[in-house]
Amino acid sequence: VNITVREALNQALDEELARDPSVFVMGEEVARYNGAYKVSKGLYDKYGDKRIIDTPITEMGFTGLGVGAALAGTRPVIEFMTFNFAMQGIDHIVNSAAKLRYMSGGKINVPIVFRGPNGPPTSVGAQHSQDFAAWLASVPGLKVVVPWNCDDAKGLLKAAIRDDNPVCVLESELGYNETYALSPEAQDADFTIPIGVAKIEREGGDVTLISYGRQVGNCLKVAETLSSQGIDVEVINLRSIRPLDVNTIITSVRKTGRAVTVEEGWPQHGVGAEIIAQINEHAFDYMDAPVERVAGCDVPMPYTKVLEDVAMIHPDNILRAVQKVANRGK
Amino acid sequence: GTITVEFGVNPFRGHKLEPPPAVATTTKEELLNFFKQMTLWRRVEVAADNLYKAKQIRGFLHLYNGQEAIVAGYESVLNKDDHVITAYRCHANFMGRGGTPFEVISELTGKATGCASGKGGSMHMYKRDTNFHGGNGIVGAQVPIGAGAAFGLKYNGKPNVCIAMYGDGAANQGQNFEAFNMAALWKLPVIFVCENNKYGMGTSAERAAANTEYFTRGDAVPGLKIDAMNVLSVKSGFAFAKEWALTKGPILVEAETYRYMGHSMSDPGLAYRTRDEVAAIRAERDPIDKVKLYLLENQLATEEELKEHEKEIKRTVDEAVKKAADAPLPEAKELYTDIYTDMPYYVRHTNIEDSLVVEK
Repeated sequence: VNITVREALNQALDEELARDPSVFVMGEEVARYNGAYKVSKGLYDKYGDKRIIDTPITEMGFTGLGVGAALAGTRPVIEFMTFNFAMQGIDHIVNSAAKLRYMSGGKINVPIVFRGPNGPPTSVGAQHSQDFAAWLASVPGLKVVVPWNCDDAKGLLKAAIRDDNPVCVLESELGYNETYALSPEAQDADFTIPIGVAKIEREGGDVTLISYGRQVGNCLKVAETLSSQGIDVEVINLRSIRPLDVNTIITSVRKTGRAVTVEEGWPQHGVGAEIIAQINEHAFDYMDAPVERVAGCDVPMPYTKVLEDVAMIHPDNILRAVQKVANRGK
Repeated sequence: GTITVEFGVNPFRGHKLEPPPAVATTTKEELLNFFKQMTLWRRVEVAADNLYKAKQIRGFLHLYNGQEAIVAGYESVLNKDDHVITAYRCHANFMGRGGTPFEVISELTGKATGCASGKGGSMHMYKRDTNFHGGNGIVGAQVPIGAGAAFGLKYNGKPNVCIAMYGDGAANQGQNFEAFNMAALWKLPVIFVCENNKYGMGTSAERAAANTEYFTRGDAVPGLKIDAMNVLSVKSGFAFAKEWALTKGPILVEAETYRYMGHSMSDPGLAYRTRDEVAAIRAERDPIDKVKLYLLENQLATEEELKEHEKEIKRTVDEAVKKAADAPLPEAKELYTDIYTDMPYYVRHTNIEDSLVVEK
C-alpha cells in the first residue's frame, strides 16, 4: 500500500497508544486541532483527553513535565510543533532526559520520545529552517533517529516509543506529504526498526553516499542517474544519527574507497564532519579519495526564494560531489 | 499520649486559601523521631564539611544545616508512594526517603558504594524505590519535572502527591511559572515548595525578587507560608497541603527557613550577611533546639537521654565515614555503563585506540 509519511507516523502513534496504556501524546495543538501538521489526526477522537493532551505554549515547561511523567511510570511522546521550538526546552532534553540515567548510576531511566518536524521547509525564514540532528546527536544518553520513507517513519517511531531511553525523532516537514509504499512487514502492528542500525538502500561498488532523512531520496535519484554514466553508487540511509552505525559506514567505505556525505544542516561540526572523522579513524588506509560533504549552506536561512534556493541542497549538488569523488585519481 | 501544641505566633499565612489552624498534635515518639532524624542529617553534613576540608570530597558541596525541619516535617506526612524532587542541596531529602549516611558519604567521596555509584556526586542522589528523583543541578529544572511526576501519578490513578522543591533564588526562573500554569490547568497533585532561606547564593531575596512573598507567586495556584524552623508547623502545614493537593490540585508552600553555612563550600557565607545574623538565628530559631525544647518542657525526655541519642548518632556517622573510606572505587569499565539501558557497542574514548568496541 502507498501512504504518506504523515500517515505512517500517525499509524505508529495509533498502534502504540492502543498497545500500551502508559503511552500518551502531549504537545501544542496535538488534540482538538489534530496536530499543527496533522500527524496526530484522529487520535484525540479515538483516545480522548487523557491520552492526547493539548499543552499551553510552554516548551520548557512541558518538556520538563514530560521527563517527570516518564519518571512516574508513563511513556510520554512529546511533540514539538517544530524542533526549532524545542530549543526553549533544550535543557530538559540534554540535562534532564539524557543524563539522568548516568548521573543516577543506572538507578533511573527516562523512557520518553521527543518528536516533530525538523530541517528546512521552504520560505519560512531563519528561525524556522534548521536541522538539529548534529546538535542533538552530540549528546551521550540521547538517541536520535531520522526517518526517510514510510517504513522508516513507522518502524523508527514505534521503536522509539518502546525504547527505555530518551529518543528524538526528527521528522521532515517537507517529507510529511511524500508517498511511499508501506512494506508488508511494516503493516504488522509489531513492526519496529532497530535504533542504531543503518540501512543500505542501494548496493554499489564505486562510491558510498551517506545520508539521512529526506535527502536519502535525492541520493537514490542521483545514484540512478550516475549508473547510466558508469558510476556504481552505494547509498546508506543512516536512520539513526546516535547511536551512529559506524560498522556499516566503515564496511562500505572500505569496499568502495570513496564516499560523500549529505545533510541538510550546516556543515560546521555537522553529521558529515563526524562521519568523515570516523572514516579517518577507521578506514583511512582504504580510501582512494578525500571524502566530500554536501551540506546546507553555512548561513542562516534566507526568506526570499532566489537566495533560499541557493542555500539548500539540490540533487545536482549531490551529483557533482559524487562525480568529483568518483573521478579523483582516475 | 497525644500532645497538642499551640503556636504562640501564627506560623501560617495564606494566598487564595484559608490557612489551617495554628496548632499541631504530636506524640513523644514523633518528637523523638524528629530529634533523631534532624540530628543525624546535620551530623552527616558536619562530616561532609570536614571531609571536604580534608580534600576527600571534590567539586560542589551544598550543605543543609539549619533547614532540616522541612524534610523532617514533610516526611512525617508523606508516605513512600508519594514523590519528592529537589535541587542540588539534596542530602537530607535523600536520607528522608530512606537513604543511608553511608550511601551519602560514599557518593560524596566518589566510591562505587555511593547511592549513584560515584557518578552523581553531591547534587545527584536518587532513590527509585521510594520515588526520590534527585538532586538536580540546574536551578529550577526540577520544578516542571516535579509537576510531571504529579502528572504521572494522576495519569496512573495513584492517590499520591509529588513535592517539588526550589529555593528563593530559583523562584525567579521562568519555567516555574510554566509548571504552575499547567499544574493549575490540569489540577495536578503537586506541592510546590519554595525553601526561602533568604539568599540565592550571595544575593538576598530583596535584591532578586520584586515580590518576596513567594507563597503568592503561583498566581492561580493557592499558597501557604509556613514557619519552617519549627518542625511541628511544617508538619501541620504539609498535612494541610497534601490534603489540598489530593483533593483540589496544586498548592505552593513557602517554607521560611535559614541556611547556616555558605551557599557552597567556596562561600564562607559572610560577605552578604553578618555573623550576628547567622548567630542570632542559630541561637533563637534552631529547628533541632526547638524540638529538644518541646521534649524537655513536656518532660518527654531528659537532657541525658538526648545526649545519649546524640552520641549514638555521632557513632553511626563516624562509622559510615570509616566504612566509606574503606569502600572500593568504581572500576574503569563503569565509565561506559548507565549511558543507556542497553550497552553501546562503540564509545569513543579520549584517544581512538582506547575506545570501547564490543564485537557484534
